[in-house]
Amino acid sequence: MTVAPAAGRRTARKFVVRVLFVLAMVVVGFFFALPLAWLVTQPFDATPTMTVSWPDWTLENFSVLAENPYALRSIGNSLVLGLGTIAVVVTLGSLAAYALSRVRVPGRDGLLYALLLLSSVVTGTAAMVPLFQLMVATGLINTQTGVVLALSGGVLPTVIFILKDFMDSIPKSYEESARLYGARPGQILRHVVVPIARPGLAFVAVWALVQVWGNFLLPYILLRSPEAQPAAVIMYTFYTESGQADLSLISAFSLVFSVPVILMYFLVNRRYGFRFHGGIKS
Amino acid sequence: MAAITTNALVKEYPGGVRGVDGVDVTIAHGEFFALLGPSGCGKTTLLRSIAGLEAITEGTLHIGDRDVTHAEPGERGVAMVFQDYALFPHMDVADNIAYPLKIRKVRRDTRREKAVSVAEGLALGGLSERRPAQLSGGQQQRVALARAVATEPEVLLLDEPLSNLDARLRLEARTFLKELQRDLGVTTVFVTHDQAEALALADRIAVMRSGRLQQIGTPQEIFQRPVNTFVASFIGSTPMNLVESEVRDGAVRVGEGSAPLPDGVTPADGSAVVWGARPEYLRWSPEPVAHAIPAEVSVIENLGAATLVTVLSGDTRLQLVVPEEQAPVPGDRGWVEASARRSLLFDPETTERM
Amino acid sequence: MSLATASTQPPRGRRRPRPADVAGLGRAGAGVFMAPALALIGLFLIFPALWTIYLGMTDYRLTGLAAADPQFVGLDNYTAVLGDAGFWRSLRLTLVFVLLSGVVGQTLLGFSVAWGLRRLRPWAKSVVETLVLAAWVVPTSVGAFLWLALLDRRDGTLNRILDTPGTAWLIEYPMASIVIFNIWVGTAFSMLLFSSALGAVPPSQLESARMAGASTWQQLRDVVLPNIRGHILTNTLLITLWTFNTFTPYLLTAGGPSGRSEILPVYIYRTAIPGGQLGVGAAISLLMLLINLVIALGYMRLGRERRRR
Repeated sequence: MTVAPAAGRRTARKFVVRVLFVLAMVVVGFFFALPLAWLVTQPFDATPTMTVSWPDWTLENFSVLAENPYALRSIGNSLVLGLGTIAVVVTLGSLAAYALSRVRVPGRDGLLYALLLLSSVVTGTAAMVPLFQLMVATGLINTQTGVVLALSGGVLPTVIFILKDFMDSIPKSYEESARLYGARPGQILRHVVVPIARPGLAFVAVWALVQVWGNFLLPYILLRSPEAQPAAVIMYTFYTESGQADLSLISAFSLVFSVPVILMYFLVNRRYGFRFHGGIKS
Repeated sequence: MAAITTNALVKEYPGGVRGVDGVDVTIAHGEFFALLGPSGCGKTTLLRSIAGLEAITEGTLHIGDRDVTHAEPGERGVAMVFQDYALFPHMDVADNIAYPLKIRKVRRDTRREKAVSVAEGLALGGLSERRPAQLSGGQQQRVALARAVATEPEVLLLDEPLSNLDARLRLEARTFLKELQRDLGVTTVFVTHDQAEALALADRIAVMRSGRLQQIGTPQEIFQRPVNTFVASFIGSTPMNLVESEVRDGAVRVGEGSAPLPDGVTPADGSAVVWGARPEYLRWSPEPVAHAIPAEVSVIENLGAATLVTVLSGDTRLQLVVPEEQAPVPGDRGWVEASARRSLLFDPETTERM
Repeated sequence: MSLATASTQPPRGRRRPRPADVAGLGRAGAGVFMAPALALIGLFLIFPALWTIYLGMTDYRLTGLAAADPQFVGLDNYTAVLGDAGFWRSLRLTLVFVLLSGVVGQTLLGFSVAWGLRRLRPWAKSVVETLVLAAWVVPTSVGAFLWLALLDRRDGTLNRILDTPGTAWLIEYPMASIVIFNIWVGTAFSMLLFSSALGAVPPSQLESARMAGASTWQQLRDVVLPNIRGHILTNTLLITLWTFNTFTPYLLTAGGPSGRSEILPVYIYRTAIPGGQLGVGAAISLLMLLINLVIALGYMRLGRERRRR
């Protein structure tokens, strides 16, 4: 009975490869963790600095945050913008997605891909000047409504795409039975489709919120008064315009500002997994 | 020198589940060997362990006289055809077949020539430039086979080779496979859950259940002398009649009558047994017969040239296959006659054949 | 034939596909349902794109005479822009940025991480995935600040670790800083996309290759990459567009020092708002839109060719 000859050498090489691989993964992990480390240490430090260091544990910074009128109000503004966008996008999006899913509209597929393409090409960056002008012209400049509408316009095509995909997979038998009982399309949508589509709607709502929560550019150019600015912009002004950055404030603010989206992301991921819709078909 | 030998082979998954639980198998050179059993019995795990796709936890595996228990799949001299054929969609037929040769660094023109000749040997002539998506199911299977035999392996492994084909093709492919194996003379192990397929194709069969071997033998042996009730009921297109009975006066009491004791078995009077007889080996007699089981016909099912007759004798249900000229109708009364040579007795507790 | 189909569509030819319009919406109803969404998109997405064309041909300014009474100047803005060295520099910087951060950085790193994750123990996989995703999920203003803190000249953690006190990374290496920052932010998307693409590669093909004796690298080349070609294309397209259009580096370097990291989005912003030249800004925006369109169409063309083959 002979044993395969190169076994010893091969195992040694496999071991080395494995060690290198683990090392590479550790480096990658470290790369992503290092900036984040600041976020979990300095907010709790009595004397926060720019350096990541083991904190001198305290919750003082959060009371500094609470005392700053702009900070908390800006988080409220972020919420307003977020919820506003969700409301617009989920309502309009589900109506359109339902129609596109159920009715053979001519040029439907073309329309969808064109919309998706459009929303990738006409970004906030590329359209910032005309958007600014549009808001001025309609008197919506410096209003949160204007920002909500602009944000919704950008997010809507992807939302419609995701929701249509979702609705395509809802069995049509539910609607058929409702129709047989005499329900009209609007009722069918409200009573039958929406409840079943709730997971998809929830996913879209959270996705839209995450998109909007951190959005900097649109509120930055469309809102002038600090009272209406969301946290994304206020955060920026704290560390650029106030001369010597108040790290107690900034650290606490960063954490409080980040936690909602992180929580939401993990909630959605746990329940639905972050599936990739939207143009990911080639 | 056997082609494949396993010794107390164990495959244990994290969590303690044993896919293969101590299996000893010796497969002879050039043999067409079947691993048969219901889903989850470990047959595929055993096959994959031979292939090297599953790491063996305990025990050893030898191919020829080489210990390959921990060898890489590519170094065992083993080729495998997967259930879904696993043809590379972006390569044409010839490149697919030539792939193992490419890995072995055979020159491009040599390996393409070889691929084309292997393809022709498997009735795939003229299809070398096609992509897998443009082939029929049967053709895809033959390409997968071609790729496996192109390297002239010592062992050929087939994972449910016929299950992806529609019923019509399956019988054709079965014959084709048997001819191919005979022509190539390569030791072949295949996995199937279809007992008819195993019986038809294999030189020897290993019946498995829950990771353990139940019986290894030729199709004849497995069919006629199953080692326990599990094998007895698993094999055979029509299920074997298995009746819990007792021995009385040198015969087995079945239903309202009796059947002769099988040859060579002498259980004590009054002992409880499980009596087994295949429907194909029972006779139906409209006239009274001594040492038989009186019964009434309940259901008949037409099998073409024969009829499957279900009868009731008291509370006991029996099935027998009757030639079409003698087919009774529901309601008929008659006698079921068993043969001592073709009946079996099993121990009710150990389920083993007595 | 069911009641559900009776009133909606008229019978059409011999073969009738199973109607999807189960609620009896009808074309008109569908139109009504889609109208509000399309109107919003039309107003806030399509209209601005079109208006850019007009605006780009005026001398509109934020303040002053031209703000109240803009004049039509034809293609003057465009000639000015195309003759401006600042524009070309910005374009060049943007292309470098997209290439290094997007195509090379995020795609390669995302793929490598996705590939590597498959061989990690579940707990390690969770940890790495979470870290990469957290970088993406954290709001951009916060992310930018985290990097400002990391790269700070006096107290930055990077200087502490590398023992290079006093190095002002953002000033001495602005492009490198924003490229690495953008990789940090964006890799998660590629990682997730490739993770799911890799999961869809039929394991039997990989095992076949393994049985044929292929090494891991050969399996990658012969089985994995051909199978996920479509995903690679889609991913690169989206990453290219997003990186091209991202405004976030502004938060780190504001295009400085002296324009050394002034990628196109920042250049447009500074021309239009602090610079007050809305007309010129619009002209550049249109150029940017056209570049976006060309990129998108280019990729789609590649995709269609590949499909035809």
